[in-house]
Amino acid sequence: MNHDMSASLLLVAPELTLTLAGLALLIWAAFFGDRHATGISIAAVAALVGAGALTSLAPAAGGNAFDGLARVDAFSTFAHVLIYFAAAVAIIIAPRFFRAHTPGGHGLMRAEYPILIVFAAVGMGMMVSATDLMTLYVGLEMNSLAAYVLASFIRTDTRSAEAGLKYFVLGALASGILLYGMSLLYGFSGTTNFAGIAAAMGADFSGGLVFGLVFVLAGLAFKISAVPFHMWTPDVYEGAPTPVTAFFASAPKVAAMALTVRVCIEAFGPTTLDWQQIIIFLALASTILGAVGAIGQRNIKRLLAYSSINNVGFALIGLAAGSEAGVAATMSYMAVYVVMTLGSFLCILQLRDAGGAYVEDIARMAGLGKARPWLVGAIALFMFSLAGIPPLFGFWPKFLVFDAAVRAGLLPLAIIGALSSVISAFYYLKVIKTMAFDEAPADAPQWTAEGNAVETGLIGFTATAISPLGYLAIAPLAYLSGNAALALFR
Amino acid sequence: MIKLIVFLPLLAALVAGLGNRMIGNVVAKAITTGALLTSCALSWPIFLAFVAGNASPSVTPLFTWMQSGGLDIAWSLRVDTLTAVMLVVVTSVSSLVHIYSWGYMDEDPDQPRFFAYLSLFTFAMLMLVTANNLVQMFFGWEGVGLASYLLIGFWFKKPSANAAAIKAFVVNRVGDLGFMLGIFGTFLVFGTVSIPDILAAAPGMAGSAITFLGMRLDTMTILTLLLFVGAMGKSAQLGLHTWLPDAMEGPTPVSALIHAATMVTAGVFMVCRLSPMFEAAPVAQGFVIFIGAATCLFAATVATTQTDIKRVIAYSTCSQLGYMFFAAGVGAYGAAMFHLFTHAFFKALLFLGAGSVIHAMHHEQDMRYYGALRKRIPLTFWAMVAGTLAITGVGIPGLAVGFAGFWSKDAILESAWAAGSLGVEGGHLAFLVGAFAALLTSFYSWRLIFLTFFGKARWTQSEHIAHALHDAHGDHHADSDHDNPPSQEDAGHEPAQHGPAAAGLSDGTGGYHPHESPWSMLVPLIVLSIGAVAAGQVFHHVFVDPEGGLAFWNGSIAFDAHLAHASHEVPTWVMFTPFVVMLTGLWIAYNNYIRDPGAPARFTAMFGPLYTFLLNKWYFDELYNVIFVRPAFWFGRLFWQRGDVGIIDRFGPDGAARAVQGGSVLTGRLQSGFLYTYALVMLLGLAGLATWAMVRF
Repeated sequence: MNHDMSASLLLVAPELTLTLAGLALLIWAAFFGDRHATGISIAAVAALVGAGALTSLAPAAGGNAFDGLARVDAFSTFAHVLIYFAAAVAIIIAPRFFRAHTPGGHGLMRAEYPILIVFAAVGMGMMVSATDLMTLYVGLEMNSLAAYVLASFIRTDTRSAEAGLKYFVLGALASGILLYGMSLLYGFSGTTNFAGIAAAMGADFSGGLVFGLVFVLAGLAFKISAVPFHMWTPDVYEGAPTPVTAFFASAPKVAAMALTVRVCIEAFGPTTLDWQQIIIFLALASTILGAVGAIGQRNIKRLLAYSSINNVGFALIGLAAGSEAGVAATMSYMAVYVVMTLGSFLCILQLRDAGGAYVEDIARMAGLGKARPWLVGAIALFMFSLAGIPPLFGFWPKFLVFDAAVRAGLLPLAIIGALSSVISAFYYLKVIKTMAFDEAPADAPQWTAEGNAVETGLIGFTATAISPLGYLAIAPLAYLSGNAALALFR
Repeated sequence: MIKLIVFLPLLAALVAGLGNRMIGNVVAKAITTGALLTSCALSWPIFLAFVAGNASPSVTPLFTWMQSGGLDIAWSLRVDTLTAVMLVVVTSVSSLVHIYSWGYMDEDPDQPRFFAYLSLFTFAMLMLVTANNLVQMFFGWEGVGLASYLLIGFWFKKPSANAAAIKAFVVNRVGDLGFMLGIFGTFLVFGTVSIPDILAAAPGMAGSAITFLGMRLDTMTILTLLLFVGAMGKSAQLGLHTWLPDAMEGPTPVSALIHAATMVTAGVFMVCRLSPMFEAAPVAQGFVIFIGAATCLFAATVATTQTDIKRVIAYSTCSQLGYMFFAAGVGAYGAAMFHLFTHAFFKALLFLGAGSVIHAMHHEQDMRYYGALRKRIPLTFWAMVAGTLAITGVGIPGLAVGFAGFWSKDAILESAWAAGSLGVEGGHLAFLVGAFAALLTSFYSWRLIFLTFFGKARWTQSEHIAHALHDAHGDHHADSDHDNPPSQEDAGHEPAQHGPAAAGLSDGTGGYHPHESPWSMLVPLIVLSIGAVAAGQVFHHVFVDPEGGLAFWNGSIAFDAHLAHASHEVPTWVMFTPFVVMLTGLWIAYNNYIRDPGAPARFTAMFGPLYTFLLNKWYFDELYNVIFVRPAFWFGRLFWQRGDVGIIDRFGPDGAARAVQGGSVLTGRLQSGFLYTYALVMLLGLAGLATWAMVRF
């Protein structure tokens, strides 16, 4: 038992580190308050980087921790690295934004922000390693609770408060659905362990298990904001502070997607044909609605919300294939998606007028190309990449998921996906057109060129990664995502 | 050396075309003209060496173009007697036209472009004549077509020029389709596109059959007919001739170079180059005779009624090409090439002369407003007379003296008769048609001279002249174009010098004083006059004499010494017929336009329908309009309005866009901002999924 315990603790060393760091930072913040926010932020980023480094300790063959409650393998490692990276970026981009939004303008961000991100990261870390319904739920809720607070982080801003409230109420509903599904699964299989559920499903796939499966998938679909469980996304993305939106669009998406993949493959493995139908529906509905819904949007954050719905749909196409290649494609997709999305939000965070206020209205960005040509160039790169236009790296994972779908005999799905990506290209290109080619309106903002070396560096890094140079990463990405997928199908 | 000849014009075209305004008018003109003069100077020694009989055919390989399976196409330059003849024709006329254009295009704002096109054309034509395989020939073929299109539409601001350019291009496409099919078929049958290989194998193919369009047809007949369709398009033969008169919308030097001396003769050249193939296909030869003779007659009849000086010469060109074709059809390829050779000189001369007249008459092209120009522009007059003497074939049979056309046209007519006597079907008929056309040729050519240079001045009725006179009344000369900035239509016009307008009102001149063209235009006229006078006399022995011809052509065409011999033995009345009809035509023209100027009006009154029929060019354009153009438009509209807009757009792009837009609005409405809506959607989704899963279960 003792040996088991220490081995288990070693396996979850990254989450353990983050938990301890989070607690320590909390105490630090309690004593010194917001004046130490910068230091706490740096420490939080360091903790995330450290946790990322610790993932390398995971044994190559994978290992079960805590008597089958969690599993650390190539799959969870892949997701961990992405999650911690995205969480760190979410902390790095925050201070400048919150300084601009601090009441009284005393120029400090709140110390709770990095701590909340760290706790959310712990929850997400648990989610991707979960091999038991209990771990799954605890991890998910831990992430969610931190997220509700983050969404309403600027308490004085009604939009932010509204976003937090909506997220919380709908999140509670989703949690209820999830819990109900889990109880059904437990009731009809007699176990909360994924492998046990899979065994029960393989033996006797009863109606109760079907309901359990549908309810659990619906609860997870809420987290990845797949249609029709996406309704919160545009409102929350628009209302939440921009760094938080960037966080929502990246790390939790990866975690929830990884969790969905693991549940589908490990827990529902024997009933692939049944969950496949649901995933296909979610994928189709998400790609189409994500593409169509974005067209009417005037707010850039709202537009990116639909973009994320659309992208999640594409990632689900890979899962819908139900094959190892499909899972690898989904994970590759999420990796590239995180980079593209973070890059886009980094650029949006540069859009401030002379008064320091952030500009989110797309129409007001007309003529930006003349004032900030490099920035518009970067945005163009991200938009083209999100649209999946070939020389850019965003094309590659799209190709992978379509390829996996076609190989799995889902040709119609791939065709509809490709068509919806044509529709989505329209609004991506419209953003570029407005910024680069439209005449600046009379009341155009006076763009400030105020830069920040770290953010500029991050934009440069993400832009390089999704540029054609990104194709150099195909081989390592294929290796890592291939390993991750293999870990599930072993 | 041959590489220099061919590629200098290309180089010059590139420099002038790409340099354009950067290098300026004079540099562009000097480079292109210099390149052409060099090419010309290098070409004549080659030709003379072949004439002297101390040159042998050669092929200069350049590089491989494509190689795929049995298809092996290389760029190479073939020089044999036939090529040498074409080389001197092309480079000589082209360089003279370049020089001429210095004067004619002097006021055009786009001179570098014009000269670049001219040089580009020359390059393409040289590629065509030096081709050693059919595909390279097709490259040149299309290249000259392109240059022709560009030059006809050179004044692209004129809608009529654009329409003419498009018409030329489209009609040529019809011919080109035939040519292409011919090339494909040839490759299919012979397994190669190399001309020497094909010609070597052609005689063995005579009589074999091939399935085409589901029918068993004679191989060589079908191949040569397809190739001949290409020749018909390029050489404006009856049926595909409609573009040539319209092509006169281009600048006059272009008409002289492309639409008289060189490009339009490419069809004749092609038939001669592939003569062994035609020799193996008697049916196709009969068709060539028929088309050639019919064109010859048709164009000559139309030419008698036209009033536009350039159109008369254009139809004359058409008619002369008909001569060449029926000569080739009866097997007298030497005579055909000889006529091509002499025709290049005198027809270029006539065109350039006409250009000089037009230049003097302030862009008036209608002969009805000419008259009495003999004294005003004497050099042009004498040059035109030389050209007319050549085209009408003035010479004395039996004494062996005559102008260029006398030698070549008589050779053709005698060959036709001789071939007919030797049993070639249609030979005698071709002779009769050709003789009648010769009468018409003589008539319309002299009619042109008489209307233009003799009689009374009729200039006052011309709008162009009136315009020139009106300008002269402006404040001072420099402002003569002030209300009409140098437009392309006025290109090349030299501001006329004017005396007091009242002085000339009574004599029909309106006070307008035409002036002789500058020397840059006159020198080419003089040089070409010498050619028109002497080319036949000097070269007839090598082109058409039985012994000399056999040695000269040296296998580059299927020269039939037997036929050539027979053509010298024709009855005396055959020999004198062309002479007699020439004099008759001259007399009719003299009677109608000098002695009794009222005669033409009486004639038209008497034969009204015939006159109208001819004036409207046998209603070919109208016929084609009804048969092809209108249905094509109808189909186009159908596909556009009903098919594209009505079905494809409506249910395709437009419909999709509308659906997406509608979906976007719907999504927006659903995204109400109210929590209960969101929760409802989630629950509905959940219920739907659960139901679906249960139904499937």
